[in-house]
Amino acid sequence: MSNQPTVQFSEQTTWMLAVRDNRDRAAFAALFDFFGPRLKGFAIRSGAKGGQVEDIVQDVMLTVWRKADQFDPQRAQVSAWIYQIARNRQIDVMRKENKPVPEELHYEVEDEPDAGQILAVEQEAEHLIKAISRLKPEQRAMIEQAYLGELSHQDIREQTGLPLGTIKSRIRLGLEKLRHELRGIR
Amino acid sequence: MADINHHIPESLLQAYATGSLVHPFALVVAAHISLCTECRAGLEAHNAAGGAMLESLPDEPVSDDLKARILDQLDAPFKQKPVYERSGVYPGPVMEALKGAAPRWRRVGMGVRQSILSAGQYGSVRLLFIPPGQAVPDHSHNGLELTLVLQGSFSDETGRYGVGDLEVANQDLEHTPIADAGAPCICLAATDAPLRFKGLVPRILQPVFRI
Repeated sequence: MSNQPTVQFSEQTTWMLAVRDNRDRAAFAALFDFFGPRLKGFAIRSGAKGGQVEDIVQDVMLTVWRKADQFDPQRAQVSAWIYQIARNRQIDVMRKENKPVPEELHYEVEDEPDAGQILAVEQEAEHLIKAISRLKPEQRAMIEQAYLGELSHQDIREQTGLPLGTIKSRIRLGLEKLRHELRGIR
Repeated sequence: MADINHHIPESLLQAYATGSLVHPFALVVAAHISLCTECRAGLEAHNAAGGAMLESLPDEPVSDDLKARILDQLDAPFKQKPVYERSGVYPGPVMEALKGAAPRWRRVGMGVRQSILSAGQYGSVRLLFIPPGQAVPDHSHNGLELTLVLQGSFSDETGRYGVGDLEVANQDLEHTPIADAGAPCICLAATDAPLRFKGLVPRILQPVFRI
């Protein structure tokens, strides 16, 4: 982070960037200490049984290490990126099918990161966590069930109604900027 | 990138993000997101919500040696899954379903061709090739049908659909999509139920062609 002396990212972002850019094992261990026990709880909620549970935790953390170059803090906070990896892995393991995933956006890690955009994404994620903590218990339970609960083929007419408007427009701005830069490269 | 006017409805996007969408629909959603910044942002927003929920979970104590086991494997060789890039009009997820090969088209009559990507208990997903001016046989649905345009365009009672546009049709919609003039229309279409056709001949052919 030497080129961003005045900006302080969250611990998680700092660890993840150290893993991505410097293959920093201590930072990876710190990520494990935070996310490992939560990923275990997530795997159990999703319906994983016995040895599957920690196998999933292990697979997810190894993917975090191996695919670190795909982490882009300008459009996803660390937990969002890990959430996606974890849900996909649960589907692979428990449904024995590969979830189709969108094309990756290709960009150069050496591109000057937009610190303001990274901070904004972090801030929106913080707002989201606060918004969730203010939900009524039954509302919260419903959302938890949808995002973290047992994998099932739910009725797609159901909606949980989290307020995602602000973070969505924030992410869209980041993506459009990225797309603009990509156009320059191609 | 094309101007996209018809996007993934919020409920579908959430179902995709949280892993509750059946495979045929998940493929169409992934293909649309590959073409659409707006919906990619929407997906990231759902992941942000999932991430926030994940962070809010209480700790579940892990085995004493789990961390050491994982750290031991950081340098171990691993098998990388192949990444399928976009090819022509086919987005990466479609190329993955095609295993990197060109579609194998089968004639289904009236110049319409199809290439089935998968069919199973949760529905089916196929590529459709429709010559300009040609109608896809009039059909209504038992369940939900998603149609993503990859080349050309089609129009029906609900509007015009160009490259990247996604039409969502349920059993209440009786529609007759007709390929517009110009390039043949190529679509990615998924359904969670067998389609019902009105004409007698298509009805006889339905089990044969799995349409």
